[in-house]
Amino acid sequence: MAYEGIVQELIDELGRLPGIGPKSAQRIAFHILQTESFDTTRLAQILMEVRDKVHFCAICGNVAEQETCSICRDPRRAQNVICVVEEAKDVAAIERTREFRGLYHVLGGALSPIDGIGPNDLRFAQLMKRLADGSVDEVIIATDPNLEGEATATYLSRLLVQPGLTVTRLASGLPVGGDLEYADEVTLGRAFEGRRVVEA
Amino acid sequence: MIVAHLGLTDFRNYAAADLELAGGPNVFVGRNGQGKTNLVEALGYLSTLGSHRVSTDQALIRTGSDAAIVRARLEHGGRDVLIELQINRSGANRAQVNRVATKPRELPRYITTVLFAPEDLVLVRGEPSARRRFLDELLVQTAPRFAGVIADYERVLKQRNSLLKSARGVRNPELSTLELWDERLVELGAEIIDARADLTQRLAPEVAAAYTRIAGDEHRAELGNALSILSDAVDEEVSDPASARLERPAIAEAFRAALVRLRRAELERGLTLAGPHRDDLVLMLNGLPARGYASHGESWSFALALRLASAAVLRLDSPLGDPIIILDDVFAELDETRRGQLAAAVGEYEQVLVTAAVVSDVPPEFAGRMVRIEAGAVLE
Repeated sequence: MAYEGIVQELIDELGRLPGIGPKSAQRIAFHILQTESFDTTRLAQILMEVRDKVHFCAICGNVAEQETCSICRDPRRAQNVICVVEEAKDVAAIERTREFRGLYHVLGGALSPIDGIGPNDLRFAQLMKRLADGSVDEVIIATDPNLEGEATATYLSRLLVQPGLTVTRLASGLPVGGDLEYADEVTLGRAFEGRRVVEA
Repeated sequence: MIVAHLGLTDFRNYAAADLELAGGPNVFVGRNGQGKTNLVEALGYLSTLGSHRVSTDQALIRTGSDAAIVRARLEHGGRDVLIELQINRSGANRAQVNRVATKPRELPRYITTVLFAPEDLVLVRGEPSARRRFLDELLVQTAPRFAGVIADYERVLKQRNSLLKSARGVRNPELSTLELWDERLVELGAEIIDARADLTQRLAPEVAAAYTRIAGDEHRAELGNALSILSDAVDEEVSDPASARLERPAIAEAFRAALVRLRRAELERGLTLAGPHRDDLVLMLNGLPARGYASHGESWSFALALRLASAAVLRLDSPLGDPIIILDDVFAELDETRRGQLAAAVGEYEQVLVTAAVVSDVPPEFAGRMVRIEAGAVLE
């Protein structure tokens, strides 16, 4: 089901994006072509500018429009807690909760030999540098709760053994608003491991 | 449990098929290549999420279609459950239980089958991988949680092998993370080894009983687990069953020791050389390994005994009643005596589905409900 020349090229390019299959690519392509109000110049301009304008924060590795990101520049954030995540999009997810008021550190992925990612490919050294002056007293490890994320968390927890530093790991377990009976055994098992005393 | 109704859409050579089934024996008769096996393969797929004939889903979808649908109405203990699976040519498969969307991996919780097929001879005569698959499949049927444990183990194995490969021939390789993967490998691997040993212990008396039932009292069929973590051999397959049943901490300790012992060889080869992925289920007949010593007839008896023992274990275990017994073209492979013994042994299960090319192959005990199959169509 190939279209002529440039239309097919557009579909192919869109289809290269993560999370977009051939059908979605086709739908988006025709939306761009057929919708009068769709401003293609604006989209094209943003696409051109985004690579030039956006950098990665020199301190935490989050996306930033300046040398450092808005979180690292914000004096109201607690300077003594760092939350370590795999990707910049994890920062956005945690920010949406508005629960965490400390700083972040983006590793740039998780340990995964299959993908050729070893410790030197992740921003571990930069994290150690941030911890060197002793002003941080808690590191929260918020890597994904899968095999690679867990391996990264274990690696990190061994790296971070130093006096006066508390290292914590995000809890994993039952989803809020869910039903116990529908939880799979692994999740339920984890929830049991991470159970806590109920305060009366 | 029984399957009361089986429906297929675009599965193998069936454009559409609907079939009512009853408790007790149901016999599907038709010439070769007409689609008898496809019917029972569909049920086997719901129960194990795999086919006993092919390793990819593509072959299951009818040529020219994008998806196959398998639908089964089950009755267990007076309860009706409708399970449905859509096997897609591209993209993930989809499943429903009583019309509610669920994950495909949930389906085996609702249907348990034990399938006997001509391919079963490889359980006795084939490579260790066939016997590992047999044990793991049964393990998942008895404890569905193990599907996840096994998948995780395989993932860790892949990660660890990649790391070992990347270090091959490199001066000062980056191996600071090897320890992490070792720990996960040992943790998950020990769990699998332990569970397989448990299962083997439960299977062993059932296999011995089933073997004597089929072949006579004078024979002794035994099972053992050959563990690669206890072996010094690097290249050879392990074949000596472990002399003692180890507890989980002892398994983990032996596993760690094996990784230390094999470190150099592993770095040279870029491969993980010990673990449940290199173990074997050793079948012994009258004190000799069945693989290599057993005759054709004895090998068949052992294969049947393994399947009968699986059925017995699942029957003791399952809250949903008996497993559904499927005999796919096996009578043609057996002599008169073994046919009779097999028929008697499975006769007491709630439902038995039999496929055969000719009616005369089917023992008279199964002269129950008969269904004719021709060119992808069900003729009552």
